[in-house]
Amino acid sequence: MLGRTANDLYWLARYVERAENMARLIEVGYRIVLLPRDGEGAHEEWRSTLASAGCAQGFFDKHETLSTRDVINYLLFDCTNPSSVKSCLAAARRNGRAQRTSLTRDMWESLNAAWIEFSAIKPESVTAGELPRILDWVRSRSALYRGAMLNTILRNDTFFFMQLGTFLERADNTSRILDVKYYVLLPHVEMVGSGIDAVQWAAILRSVSAHRSYRWVYKENYKPWRIAEYLILNQAMPRSLRSCYEQIGVTLDDLAEYYGGQHACHGTATGTRQRLAKGDIDNIFQSGLHEFIEDFISRNNRLGNEVADAYHFNG
Amino acid sequence: MYGSGEGVRPPYHAVAEWLGTQALGDLRQKLADAETMFRRTGITFAVYGSEDTSERLIPFDIIPRIISAAEWRKLAAGIEQRVRALNAFMFDIYHRQEIIRAGKVPEELIVSNSAFVPEMMGVSVPLGIYSHIIGIDIVRTGESDFFVLEDNTRTPSGVSYMLENRETMMHMFPDLFARNRVAPVENYPENLLKTLESVAPTGLKGEPTIALLTPGQFNSAYYEHSFLADQMGVELVEGRDLAVIDGYLQMKTTQGPRRIDVLYRRIDDDFLDPLVFRSDSVLGVPGLFDLYRAGRVTIVNAPGGGIADDKAIYSYIPEIIKFYTGRAPILQNVPTYNCRKADDLKYVLEHLPELVVKEVHGSGGYGMLVGPTASSSEIEAFRAKLTANPSNYIAQPTLALSTSPTMVEAGVAPRHLDLRPFVLVGDEVRMTAGGLTRVAMRAGSLVVNSSQGGGTKDTWVLQD
Repeated sequence: MLGRTANDLYWLARYVERAENMARLIEVGYRIVLLPRDGEGAHEEWRSTLASAGCAQGFFDKHETLSTRDVINYLLFDCTNPSSVKSCLAAARRNGRAQRTSLTRDMWESLNAAWIEFSAIKPESVTAGELPRILDWVRSRSALYRGAMLNTILRNDTFFFMQLGTFLERADNTSRILDVKYYVLLPHVEMVGSGIDAVQWAAILRSVSAHRSYRWVYKENYKPWRIAEYLILNQAMPRSLRSCYEQIGVTLDDLAEYYGGQHACHGTATGTRQRLAKGDIDNIFQSGLHEFIEDFISRNNRLGNEVADAYHFNG
Repeated sequence: MYGSGEGVRPPYHAVAEWLGTQALGDLRQKLADAETMFRRTGITFAVYGSEDTSERLIPFDIIPRIISAAEWRKLAAGIEQRVRALNAFMFDIYHRQEIIRAGKVPEELIVSNSAFVPEMMGVSVPLGIYSHIIGIDIVRTGESDFFVLEDNTRTPSGVSYMLENRETMMHMFPDLFARNRVAPVENYPENLLKTLESVAPTGLKGEPTIALLTPGQFNSAYYEHSFLADQMGVELVEGRDLAVIDGYLQMKTTQGPRRIDVLYRRIDDDFLDPLVFRSDSVLGVPGLFDLYRAGRVTIVNAPGGGIADDKAIYSYIPEIIKFYTGRAPILQNVPTYNCRKADDLKYVLEHLPELVVKEVHGSGGYGMLVGPTASSSEIEAFRAKLTANPSNYIAQPTLALSTSPTMVEAGVAPRHLDLRPFVLVGDEVRMTAGGLTRVAMRAGSLVVNSSQGGGTKDTWVLQD
């Protein structure tokens, strides 16, 4: 496989995953904004949504004030925002088109149809009532694409590079949500015990589609440290850091076997994977949740660069 | 569909009968379904210079064009004779130039021709074949009158439409195929692969590695490039994926460089190697041509093949066929006026409203004058260009091209068409029955090029 192909496939998967995560973040932000409370709070919520999406800088370069309409437009439709749903779907499709021969017909058609349908939506015609439908649609399109991939693609390097893209992006997304919201998960916050905190905890869980599964796993009300543990260390939760790294580890092992050799990325991934497998939430809180997350984000970024180097993504 | 006599010609009987039983509304629905399928699949095509340069569909017509087995046998024999002669001509031109010595083709027509690549002189190419993939454009003007309109010996495109059109028709009208014995076309990619493998560098041990070189996804024929690479199971590469490493052409893979033995390139000669041809090209590979000359990689089609499909050479093709095969051409040329000749130029200037005038190196229907449909100011503008540089033009009479029933806004109506069969030349000549039928979608129009709004049809060669 060409290095450029591997690069395109890896980013194709990242963009599809990012579009889905973005839809989820917008949905959660919008729910909170709809709650009746002081005007300032709504703005603060969008501020943290923008931060979690990694889009705060870009947004404020363009807009002086926060308004619900501007934020939604920026995150969904703005082509100058490389992480907007529209940019992600366009980039995914562009990569898919460049690597048309690596995709199965089912994968390509779902990707192509997603782009054709989304680009037909006129941003100015989207009403508040339609927003949830559009966000659901984005998630269902991502699910359709992934389903098509899992059902039809050969388990070779094509599949491995796309899996790496998916799970690195997912780990990045979950860790950014934790990074922005870590303070509501710190133990002392629970003491304050305001209604807002419960809303924030639910929002964090919702943003990784885990608000219902939490109850099945812990059989108790939201507790901030449990939420942190769930998102970081739980192996069964498909968007937890641990679960992402289990997938990354398996995939890198597959690649090593397929190509016959390991690289620096294998060492880095194994290190992170072991750290998560042996991790204990009390220790993490003791040595600093924020520091733990910052360190994770930088290790995750390093892994991405090492994968690109090892497999000649840039020639 | 109709001959000179009464009624529908025999090859069309079954389809004409079927067409008679179809409601227009149903056919329109089928056409809309086909377009949705094409868009989903992404069979699109970029048109240079149009406002929406991104992606467009080539109009597809759901009524097939039909050729009888006997008609095809004659065409196939003529095509095979022609492609063998064309390759013999290219070999000769780039070696001893016997045909010039024999006085059959004027020397200056070759050496001062921009399609002639002097760097190819004396280069030995595997099996002596230069043009491995050839598209021959054929028109029909009467029941048994077929003419060759032009040869495409460089990088003919359109074969993916031939394959996808059939795929779409079989999906939408399975019953039609049950009622007609239609020769299959889906063996083309396999034949292309066999052809490419057969011209691997001489002395290569083991299976040759093949790659298809594309200018990239913004090229008008990108869909076709990726389609063919996919169907053959070979890498689709761009110039930036390639480099000359350790004396061989290599592609940059996830596991480091890997050697390529046969490069099926879909970029023009000019862009192949910036060290030899256009120095500003970023589509090709620096050093590629030297490797090619040294026999370390095969380039398909060979550089310099344009000398055989040059429109000024075209009028000499009957001579060329006689010279190399010793036989009269089976397929005729359209009578052609070579504006470089004073007598011909005089005639052309006097008869512009009746003639089709084309640029010698033009393609895609750009830069041509169709006399009968041009306005008088268009004709005068063209006259000025022609007088300024006569040797840049040839002219041909407007032919009464055959028509075939086609779905248009008003219903089913006759539209003019041509045929481009695709021929593969390697260790043997391989041909797919039929080819790409292009149809002019506007009433009366004779221009079938997709860049000018022409459409395509599925092409059926019936079996006995």
